[in-house]
Amino acid sequence: MAKILMKGNEAIGEGAVRAGCRYFFGYPITPQSELPHYLAKRMPQVGGVYLQAESEVATINMVYGAAGAGARVMTSSSGPGISLMQEGISYVVGAELPCVIVNMMRGGPGLGNIAPAQSDYFQATRGGGHGDYRMIVLAPASVQEIIDLMQDAFDLADRYRNPVMLAGDGVLGQMMEPVELGEEKEVRIPPRPWAATGRTGGEKHLINSLYIVPEDLEKHNIRLAAKFAAMEKEEQRWEDYLAADAELVLVAFGTAARVCKAVVDRCRREGKAVGLIRPLTLWPFPVKAFQPLLATAAHFLTVEMSMGQMVEDVRLATRECRPVYFYGRCGGMLPVAGDVYAAVQKILAGGEAK
Amino acid sequence: MFQAILIAGFGGQGVLSTGQLLAYAGMLEGRHVAWIPSYGPEMRGGTANCGVTIADRPISSPVVSEPTTLIAMNRPSLEKFEPDVQPGGLILVNSSLIDIKARRTDVRVEYIKANELAEEIGNSKVANNIILGALLEITGVVSIDAVEESLRKVLPAHHHDLIPVNRRALELGRELMREKGTEKR
Repeated sequence: MAKILMKGNEAIGEGAVRAGCRYFFGYPITPQSELPHYLAKRMPQVGGVYLQAESEVATINMVYGAAGAGARVMTSSSGPGISLMQEGISYVVGAELPCVIVNMMRGGPGLGNIAPAQSDYFQATRGGGHGDYRMIVLAPASVQEIIDLMQDAFDLADRYRNPVMLAGDGVLGQMMEPVELGEEKEVRIPPRPWAATGRTGGEKHLINSLYIVPEDLEKHNIRLAAKFAAMEKEEQRWEDYLAADAELVLVAFGTAARVCKAVVDRCRREGKAVGLIRPLTLWPFPVKAFQPLLATAAHFLTVEMSMGQMVEDVRLATRECRPVYFYGRCGGMLPVAGDVYAAVQKILAGGEAK
Repeated sequence: MFQAILIAGFGGQGVLSTGQLLAYAGMLEGRHVAWIPSYGPEMRGGTANCGVTIADRPISSPVVSEPTTLIAMNRPSLEKFEPDVQPGGLILVNSSLIDIKARRTDVRVEYIKANELAEEIGNSKVANNIILGALLEITGVVSIDAVEESLRKVLPAHHHDLIPVNRRALELGRELMREKGTEKR
C-alpha cells in the first residue's frame, strides 16, 4: 500500500477510527485542533459520533458516560484542557472504565502558550486527579508510531479497564511524515459484560466511583493497586538506540528523543560511545531498560522539553548509582541538536556538575 | 543524501504549502521525509516557516535547527535564519522583497527576483516555485517531475489548470541557475 503524508494529529484520528473507536468528544485547543477537525469529517463516514462539547469538563464526563455504556471512546486536548478534565479522569479510573485521552502538550503553566512542550509529565504519570490511581501513558515519537500505537492504546485500556493517555507535544501533532496505514482490519472489541446498557432483566450493572464505607473503599483501592502493579510488570516499553555499549546514555521521549537520536548519530560518527533510551511508556516507566545499563554506562543525561520532570524517574530507575544529568528547554522552546551535543561533550570531558 | 531545508516568509506567501510540496515530492521518489511547521497564533501577515528534511536514511530529528538550505522569502526571515545555515550550505533570497544582501561568505547565496518573474509569466502566486526550481537545480534534492506529480495529488481537481504555470515557474528557476553555469552538487 502506498505511503501517504500525514500530520501527527490526523494520524491519531485515523488510528483511532481503525482501532474501532466510534465516539469522540472534544473541544478545540491548539496544538491538537487538527485532530477534532479530522474526526469531525471522518466519524460520520464510519457511522461514529463526533461531538464538540461546551467545555473540557463536559467532554470528559461524556467520555465517562459513553465508556460506561460500553463504547470505545476517546477525547483529546492540550495542557489547560487536560487540567480541566482531571476530576473526570479520576472518576473514570474509580469506576474502572476504558477510554483513551490524548494530550498534545504545550507550554505552561497556566495559559502558557501554544508552542510544543513536555511539561505535563508529572500530571500524566503521577495522576493529575485526586485519589490513589495510575494510568498507562504512551509517548510516540513519529507519525508512523502514532498509527501503530493507537490500536494498543485502546486494547490496553480494555485489558485493564482503565484510561490510557497518549502524550505527545505540539511538534508531533503538527509535523507531517509518510505513513503506511496498512489494510483496514476488522476490529474485535472485547465484550463488556459490565456495561450499563439498559434494564434488560439481567443482573444490575452499576457504574460508580462512590464507596461510602471505608472498608469497601480500601478493598477497592487494593484491587486497583493490584491492577497497577500488573501494568508495571507487563507493560513497560522502550526503544534502545545504541545504548548497550554506551558510556553516556541519553534518556528522552517524543520529540526530544528525535533530537537526541541525531546527537547519538553524530557522536557515533565521531567514535563516541553515546546511546539513547527512549521510554515509550512514561508510566509504567521502563525501569527494566536501565538495569543492564548500570553495569555499562558511566553517565546518564535526560533531555526534556521542561525544567526536568522525567529526570526524577531516571534517578529512581538508576537508583542514583550513576550521575544523572539534565538538559532541558521549556516554555515552548525546543532543544536543538547542537546544544544537546555540547552538553554531551561537557559530560564526557568530565566538566559537568550534577 | 541529507537535505534540511528551511523555508521562511510571511504568512500567506505559501511558505508552508511549498514545503509540503517538496516533502511530498521526496516521498514520491522513495526518500525519507519530514515536514515541520512553526505554528504561531497569527494568520495572514504573521511570520511563517517550515522545515523539510529529505534523506536517503531514516530521519533522526525532524527539527531543522541547522539547515543545509535556507529559502528566505522576506527580509526578517533572512536576518533571523542566516546565521543558522550550515557552512557550505545554500541561501536562496527572494530579492523582490529583500533589499539587503546576505553577510555570510562561507555559504552559496543566490538572489532571485521571484515576484517580478512570477508576474512576467502571468501568475504572481508562483513566486515560490521559481525559487523551488532553483533549489532543485542546485541541489538535485527531487526532480521537477516529482513536484509536478505532487501538485497533481495535492491540488483539488478544479485547480489542475494551474499546474502548467507552476511547472513553468519551476523550469524558469532551473533555467536561471543553469544560465549561471552552475554545477549540481
